[in-house]
Amino acid sequence: MSTKEIHGLFGDEEVLKASAKALVKKGVHIKDVFSPFPIHGIDPIIGVPPTRLHIAGFIYGLVGMSLALFMFWFTLILDWPMNIGGKPNFDLIHNLPAFIPVTFEMTVFCAAHGMAVTYFIRNTIYPGKKNWNPDLRTTDDKFLIQIDLGENSLSGAEIEAILKETGAEEITQK
Amino acid sequence: MSSHEAWIREPLVLGDKSYHDISNDIAKPIEGKANKQWWIVFTISLIAMLWGVGCILYTIGVGIGTWGLNKTVGWAWDITNFVWWVGIGHAGTLISAVLLLFRQKWRMAINRSAEAMTIFAVICAALFPGIHMGRIWMAYWVLPLPNQFGSLWVNFNSPLLWDVFAISTYFSVSLVFWYIGLIPDFATIRDRAARAAKPISHAVYAIMSFGWSGNARAWHRFEEISLVLAGLATPLVLSVHTIVSMDFATSVIPGWHTTIFPPYFVAGAIFSGFAMVQTLMLVMRKVVNLEEYITLNHVELMNKIIMLTGSIVGVAYITELFMSWYSGVEYEQYAFLNRASGPYWWAYWAMMSCNVISPQVFWSKKLRRNITFTFILSIVVNIGMWFERFVIIVTSLHRDYLPSSWIMFYPSWVDIGIFIGTLGIFFTFFLLYARTFPVLPIAEVKSILKSTGSQYKK
Repeated sequence: MSTKEIHGLFGDEEVLKASAKALVKKGVHIKDVFSPFPIHGIDPIIGVPPTRLHIAGFIYGLVGMSLALFMFWFTLILDWPMNIGGKPNFDLIHNLPAFIPVTFEMTVFCAAHGMAVTYFIRNTIYPGKKNWNPDLRTTDDKFLIQIDLGENSLSGAEIEAILKETGAEEITQK
Repeated sequence: MSSHEAWIREPLVLGDKSYHDISNDIAKPIEGKANKQWWIVFTISLIAMLWGVGCILYTIGVGIGTWGLNKTVGWAWDITNFVWWVGIGHAGTLISAVLLLFRQKWRMAINRSAEAMTIFAVICAALFPGIHMGRIWMAYWVLPLPNQFGSLWVNFNSPLLWDVFAISTYFSVSLVFWYIGLIPDFATIRDRAARAAKPISHAVYAIMSFGWSGNARAWHRFEEISLVLAGLATPLVLSVHTIVSMDFATSVIPGWHTTIFPPYFVAGAIFSGFAMVQTLMLVMRKVVNLEEYITLNHVELMNKIIMLTGSIVGVAYITELFMSWYSGVEYEQYAFLNRASGPYWWAYWAMMSCNVISPQVFWSKKLRRNITFTFILSIVVNIGMWFERFVIIVTSLHRDYLPSSWIMFYPSWVDIGIFIGTLGIFFTFFLLYARTFPVLPIAEVKSILKSTGSQYKK
């Protein structure tokens, strides 16, 4: 983290996108982009791989469903079968229609909460975490390209020149 | 700038707004001081809430004999309120989830507050079955706990237990969905506080924003989780009122035992939920100067949904009447005859006129875009929807199969007090929310500015 960084600040997301494209074309590796809202189309330019969050969500959903079915089978079939209005209580399949609503709710419950927890972990955000956006204006109306000089073969001056040329409002090195 | 929307559509953000203006406008109520009107309304709500808490404590201490219930009418005021509040709680998730899936950008002006409303309404709703248990300290018996805690496991065949799972899933998932959307906006408020050198509010919003920094990867995941949670919340919101309706529909009470209940209840819930959103938004847009974000166009679009769902509810009422006649079952026929012409005829006709006739006036564009009229009608609709639940529950129960147990239901002062108390809870929470939370999704409004803002559509 002690290596030098260049921050290019932009006033518009379209200008930032064009600038990022130009930088990547010249072989510059962009460390990250900070913005007040999602910039559509920035991910392929700076090389953010597609998230697998939805796959995780699907697995959490399956876990929730299995958990629910196991719970019905264990409580109402194996451990203590009850005769409720003559509904079949000897195996899970025959009693299944009555269990559908809770199965659905458990699936959604586990999928949603599992995904939320994964989201917080993957984004490394939690109560008490300190924000790391280099400029406070990036949560308001500015857009920022962060370049780590240690990761790049181009010199700081060269990168600054490209940033300036493509419309950066402010360029800082630290 | 590039626009992705048809030019003939009305802009969703009026005025020459920049990104910074949006932050300013939405952060203003949080950063400023409350005015006198806010304190007056807040005090009234707080008193109502405390009165309700008193009535709840009295109920818990003495027992539910303090309510107007009797041997024949075992469910009445409390369950009416439960269903009413749950219904109101449906609009938030519908707006944020279903309208997200349908790519309706206008939802962004109202989704944050509608979701807040959902959360507070579900809290009010969940109170009622809780205290109706009588022995609230035994409430954990609804959880699937091992035998030592009672004699048996819980009964997963029962719609009442389905309700426990449905309401708790709905509440917790809505809360998480809402909070994930709030995190970037809390970050905006946090950084504004840091720049304005306000250490206390910076510290508070730093914790609430979880250290959100708005990096590209985080936004990428943000969009993904919003979409998938919307996909999960859409069937969830439909399932909740479906399951609430099954509390009634799976019984053998005339007037309840009908398969039309799930769609009919869901439509009714959306109808009343949107009406409550209108009531709150029309006041809020004025008080916190957000008329350029919650425009007449938004009001009209919501009125169209109210008209549509109101019409669905109307069709359901008439279908019920037809089916009771067509069924040839004399108990069913009597139940509906008694609703319309029995001792509770006034409740039935209040429901019919508020829910079926009144929303039809929204066929007129002039009335759809009239703020005062919309405000009055939104309250009329909520009164009507309260009566709908009262009619379904009380008129079906008060005429038993045995004429010797026929009886009337009258609410006691405790019944009424608890209802007033939940209104107090709802408005107290909402007023606190309006002063401490960004009432519009700042990030999302910025993201639609270029496609739907008025200066970009010129």
